Amino acid sequence: MNRTLRGKVAVVGVGETDYYKRGESEDPEFKLALKAIMRACASAGISPKEVDGFASYSNDRSDPSRLAAALGCKELRFSNMQWGGGGGGGSGAIANAAAAVATGLADCVVVFRALAQGQFGRFGQGPQRNTIAGDMAHTVPYGLMSPAQMFAMKVVRFMSDHKVDQSALRAISLASYHHAQNNPRAVMHGRPLDEAKYDASRWIVEPFHLFDCCLENDGAAAMVLVSAERAKDFANPPAYVLGATIGSHFRAGASVHNAPDYATSAFKTLAPRLYEMAGVKPADVDVLQSYENFTGGVLMSIVEHGFCAPDECNEFFTPERLMAPGGGLPTNTSGGNLAECYMHGLGLNIEAVRQIWGQSTNQVDGADVAMVISGPMVTPVSNSIFGSEATL
Amino acid sequence: MSNAYLNPGLPQPVPSPDGLDKPFWEGLRNEQIFLQRCSSCHGWQWGPEFVCHHCLSMKLTFEQVAGEGIIYSYERVWHPVHPALKEQGPYIVVLVSLPQAGDVRLVGNLLGDPEQKVPIGAGVRAVFEHHPDAKPAAFTLLQWQLT
Ligand SMILES: [Zn+2]
Repeated sequence: MNRTLRGKVAVVGVGETDYYKRGESEDPEFKLALKAIMRACASAGISPKEVDGFASYSNDRSDPSRLAAALGCKELRFSNMQWGGGGGGGSGAIANAAAAVATGLADCVVVFRALAQGQFGRFGQGPQRNTIAGDMAHTVPYGLMSPAQMFAMKVVRFMSDHKVDQSALRAISLASYHHAQNNPRAVMHGRPLDEAKYDASRWIVEPFHLFDCCLENDGAAAMVLVSAERAKDFANPPAYVLGATIGSHFRAGASVHNAPDYATSAFKTLAPRLYEMAGVKPADVDVLQSYENFTGGVLMSIVEHGFCAPDECNEFFTPERLMAPGGGLPTNTSGGNLAECYMHGLGLNIEAVRQIWGQSTNQVDGADVAMVISGPMVTPVSNSIFGSEATL
Repeated sequence: MSNAYLNPGLPQPVPSPDGLDKPFWEGLRNEQIFLQRCSSCHGWQWGPEFVCHHCLSMKLTFEQVAGEGIIYSYERVWHPVHPALKEQGPYIVVLVSLPQAGDVRLVGNLLGDPEQKVPIGAGVRAVFEHHPDAKPAAFTLLQWQLT
């Protein structure tokens, strides 16, 4: 038995709502989910009634049974939630959906993520209550409580170990904002960033300036997956799932910052498995979407996926290298979580598919292999590689 | 608390309802650091858990360890994410490893100038920050100072 996802499932439709600043969506979260799913189905040219499975992540609140009832789905055959918070499950939800289609559990699975922080509250705030117990009791009373604060501790250690300069983080931010200027969907469209503006921006927590941190947005995104056999019957060219992996390294979840291998994006064990399943090497990757909760996570992700040696970050991370179309490793070509929209990273997977379709606003010529890295520094994390027909 | 590192108003630590970290918080009140240790393989473990991750024994106890550590990493926070810290200004959170307890790590604040240069690898010693008048229950935080 050939235990792989390679080439067995393809994305045939993608859909997004408009993207709003946090709290500014007039639509409640469930309505945003419905809109994104219907747009993804329209992009694929199928009725939502044909969808027979849903997969999501990060404790999405839009329940698959309600979605199936609302959309008149003839039958529900797969409903799945990838465990773990943040964006770590973005590619994991796609892995789960693809596995369901590849093994015959379902025929047409929608992967989606919907967020309305105005309706349900913000991420980047500390807990406001009188007492606190459990793991957080060992961090919050010391003022360590937000995602930026949880992850800066890892990045400081990595940058110290490998003598990484601030300019490496800045390059990641500049590339994202550069790409957003060509993307009318991007929240930061029309708001360019340069070195001086980055350097002058306030610290959130060292080593993260304001522009090293993701946005907080409202909106929803969805994609439609079917089997490779059916995929050729759709209007869009199939974007095949070449590989996807989920997980983390030994005791990554040890509490109170006690993971033995600490200063890591958590991809050291996943990256080799992804490349093996996809039959791809780093040099084969035409375009990369790398989840930016914070730029430091992108830096470590790119290192741990073999694009750059840990001690060579200062030479490797330049804006030019990360910019489409001409850079050696065009990264976050929609503007990503920093400058397009923070949809817990599903927008990155959609951008990867767009690159395969040749429809990105920052198109890389002849992109056949597009990689997505989802949710660095959390556990579990996940990643995926999409390929054009030419890669099969 | 006049001698507290951070302004008052942050959530106050209380022992976990499952009892896992109770000896730790009780120890701090007596200026002692108690961390989890396996009675079977004698390995240290932090945060506390119901089973030893090394030998899988469920015979775990708490043992006292000296208040001496090494700065493993740190961060200087500028942007307040809690109303209690609005007027705080920058502050330093350190991740301290304890060589005498199998290099397990604890989170605390580094006392002194919040804009000081923080040397990773430097030695630190424990400072107990008591909050005897806290409601609903008194508690003690474990802070660190360069040696
Ligand atoms: Zn043991």
